Amino acid sequence: MALEEPIIRLRNVGKEFKTANGPVVALEDINLDIERGEIFGIIGLSGAGKSTLVRCINMLETPTSGQVIFEGENLAAQSDRQKRMARRSMGMIFQQFNLLAQRNILKNVCFPLEIAGVSRQEGKKRAMELLELVGLADRAGAYPAQLSGGQKQRVAIARALATNPKVILCDEATSALDPNTTKAILALLKEINQTIGVTVIVITHEMAVIEAICDRVAIIDQSHIAELGTVSEIFSEPKSRIGRQLILGDAVNQVKFSDSRQLRIIFDGRESTEPVISNLVLACKVPINIMYAATKDINGTAMGQMIIQIPEDETDANRIINYLKSIQVPFEEVTKNDI
Amino acid sequence: MTFDAVTVAMLKTAIWETFYMVALSSLFAYVIGLPLGIVLVVTDTDGIYPIPWLQKILGLVINLLRSVPFLILLFIVLPLSKIVIGTRIGSPAIVIPLTIAAAPYIARVVESSFREIDAGVIEAAKSMGASTWQIIWKVLLPESRPSLLLGAALAVTTILSYSAMAGFTGGGGLGAVAINYGYYRYEPGLMWIAVILLVVMVQIIQEIGTQLSKKGDKRIR
Repeated sequence: MALEEPIIRLRNVGKEFKTANGPVVALEDINLDIERGEIFGIIGLSGAGKSTLVRCINMLETPTSGQVIFEGENLAAQSDRQKRMARRSMGMIFQQFNLLAQRNILKNVCFPLEIAGVSRQEGKKRAMELLELVGLADRAGAYPAQLSGGQKQRVAIARALATNPKVILCDEATSALDPNTTKAILALLKEINQTIGVTVIVITHEMAVIEAICDRVAIIDQSHIAELGTVSEIFSEPKSRIGRQLILGDAVNQVKFSDSRQLRIIFDGRESTEPVISNLVLACKVPINIMYAATKDINGTAMGQMIIQIPEDETDANRIINYLKSIQVPFEEVTKNDI
Repeated sequence: MTFDAVTVAMLKTAIWETFYMVALSSLFAYVIGLPLGIVLVVTDTDGIYPIPWLQKILGLVINLLRSVPFLILLFIVLPLSKIVIGTRIGSPAIVIPLTIAAAPYIARVVESSFREIDAGVIEAAKSMGASTWQIIWKVLLPESRPSLLLGAALAVTTILSYSAMAGFTGGGGLGAVAINYGYYRYEPGLMWIAVILLVVMVQIIQEIGTQLSKKGDKRIR
């Protein structure tokens, strides 16, 4: 697969929006190669430019500079008609599903086929196959309002697959769904990727989505690609600030540690067999910052100490101190100068 | 007031005249107003086929027409009826000013129905490679059907009330009965009957519109 030419190549893609307050740069100098058959993730915080980026791929937004090369053709230079034709090879699913409310789900799946000029009968047949694939064949006559969010997204996936596209673009496709439904929809996307071989591009702000299905990921921040690599690379060693932020989560960042109190916990052999710190965090529901830790084997007993920093917040700090007292772990408060 | 056969026959004729004046004017006004409403939405800056200058000019013309009071529009337009239909009195002559008054109103009603459609649905159609025409036929019109029907009830009842005003300029229908008998001849009884018949017609039109809109709306479980 690596020998084949990438299905989509973005070359120096830039997008500027003209607003009343002057131009706003949404994307700048984006370079990406998306390989045939992979699941490629694009992650970023809201406003980073990821939605604009995905819309530049299927030309819903026209880039102000650069090239979008799909199967060797630069879409940015094509006529509107050619762009519409290219879009039939790229299905898209959305956060809000965007189904036609006045059509039943069979007719929703038929919709892209009608647009492509496929006969009514053939379209129906194909649509039924696809509803079968997404597990909704028995609901063919139902209307979108009668379906759950997960079911609506399944219909949207069937609809996106109707014209046998080579690429599926997913714009925050699971962001409006609960965790279990998200899992099921991601599993379906993965299954489709493996069985049909369609390339999937996933836009999300949730690292869990990338983790679950993506092969490679690009982290986009402030209109630029901050980091690009396989998911395992980025996970084990995020290099960019935004990468660390997305992977480590923002739980830690929400708590201020700057000049807060520090405790020295002493392990006397008993506690080293117990997950004291884990239990502390779980019981208090407060993050702590481990400043220093060392354990020594002294005459067969594990002896050690750990210096932890506790949050500035008085209530959180007291909760930790009370917890340590309650489990009778020896500890003392230390100041910066002690270390 | 005497309720003889002549009066009844006159009322029957008036009902029929009102009915066909309103029906024909509504039909013609929709033939003009519906496409204008589509153009207003489609050519808007954030529309599916932006032509901002056209949108602005059209909006201006529609506002101008809408700001002329109907009674004055009647006097302005009736000479045109004389040319087209050959007369400026009677119900057929009123159809032309009614159409001209209602078309811009309908364009605005239709415009607001289209604007209710979720932009995401239109974006989805675009992402499938739909052309402007396909989006109009397969998304805008069918998706706004319930709202268009409610708008139609609103538009037709407005045309009905306009048609009643035409009684002042020699037009026919129930409005003419109310004006000629109630206002000029001091026969309030007959005027009230005409008014009640108009009220009943409004109720029927509104009810038909509401029911059709509800029945066809698949957003309701």
